[in-house]
Amino acid sequence: MYIIIAGGGEVGYYLARMLLSEKHEILVIEKDPKRCQLIAEDLGDVVLRGDACEARTLEEVGTGRADMLIAVTSDDEDNLVACQVAKHKFRVAHTVARIKNPRHKKLFEKLGIDATVCSTELILAHIEQDLPSHPLVPLLKMRARGLEIVEVKVAPDSKMVGKKLGDFHLLPNSLVCLVVGKRKGPQIPTKDTVLEAEDEIVCVTEAGSEEKLRSILTGL
Amino acid sequence: MNVIIMGCGRVGAHLAGMLDKEGHKVTILDIDSYSFRRLPPGFGGQALVGNGTDEEALIKAGIQKADVFVAVTQGDNRNVLAAQIAKHIFNVPKVVCRIYDPIRQEMYQELGILTTSPTKTGSQALREAIGG
Repeated sequence: MYIIIAGGGEVGYYLARMLLSEKHEILVIEKDPKRCQLIAEDLGDVVLRGDACEARTLEEVGTGRADMLIAVTSDDEDNLVACQVAKHKFRVAHTVARIKNPRHKKLFEKLGIDATVCSTELILAHIEQDLPSHPLVPLLKMRARGLEIVEVKVAPDSKMVGKKLGDFHLLPNSLVCLVVGKRKGPQIPTKDTVLEAEDEIVCVTEAGSEEKLRSILTGL
Repeated sequence: MNVIIMGCGRVGAHLAGMLDKEGHKVTILDIDSYSFRRLPPGFGGQALVGNGTDEEALIKAGIQKADVFVAVTQGDNRNVLAAQIAKHIFNVPKVVCRIYDPIRQEMYQELGILTTSPTKTGSQALREAIGG
């Protein structure tokens, strides 16, 4: 794949290095000449000094044939604009933006950015997983199909405890794909699998059903 | 009209003064309170320290009751982000945004935001002044 990375900071650099090792064609766009030099010395001729929010720069690097643009500068607004220009001017099929403010996620999705990665939210989700409120941890979003893979710990006071997966109509369009028991370890669930408190389950669910799922599994 | 202006630079402050004088209810936002020195003496509107790309700050500024939102910070992309929050999250009826880069300005105009590019209008005015 031809992947353009907007922003050659730490995230952009490591992303480029890993994607190059997977044999993708990579181009990093970075404003700061020092960062450009560092990346070029390390990774070779894969960096262009410029502003990824400018259509002219994107034109120069052949964005029209890019499969993906990943915007990982340190500013939400710059990542948004780079993705929007890639989408509207160059019809790039996949745009991914890094965001810092979790509230921006909804807007970016509304504006057609294909995926957002919010480190603030990821950190929060991991902290909250260890808290007694047992929320759902979103693992992966399949936006095109409106599905989400989530991980959740079954709370002791959930009405699911002691029930067989088969005789509990969990949710329409939700599927439990993995149950990791505290003692039993990971197992592929059948309809006879009995859920116990503290089991961790991985579930495919329809986007928008998370709240319902959370309340059933956590008893909150 | 209820007007929120983001960015108290020369243009933001001047525009705030004009609208205030005309009797509109103006709230101006800037991340630096020092910028408010640019507001004209006797300015009767509200000046708030806050980041216009943050929904909480916009709510504090009264965006839910705003008729107009104007984004005139120094950063094109910041203006674009704030304008799109105002339009798509808070459904402000009229959203106006300054974008220096003419290419970006045209693109966002096509995407339904009222935009103005001082690069284009400024050069045009200068060209006319030169004459010939």
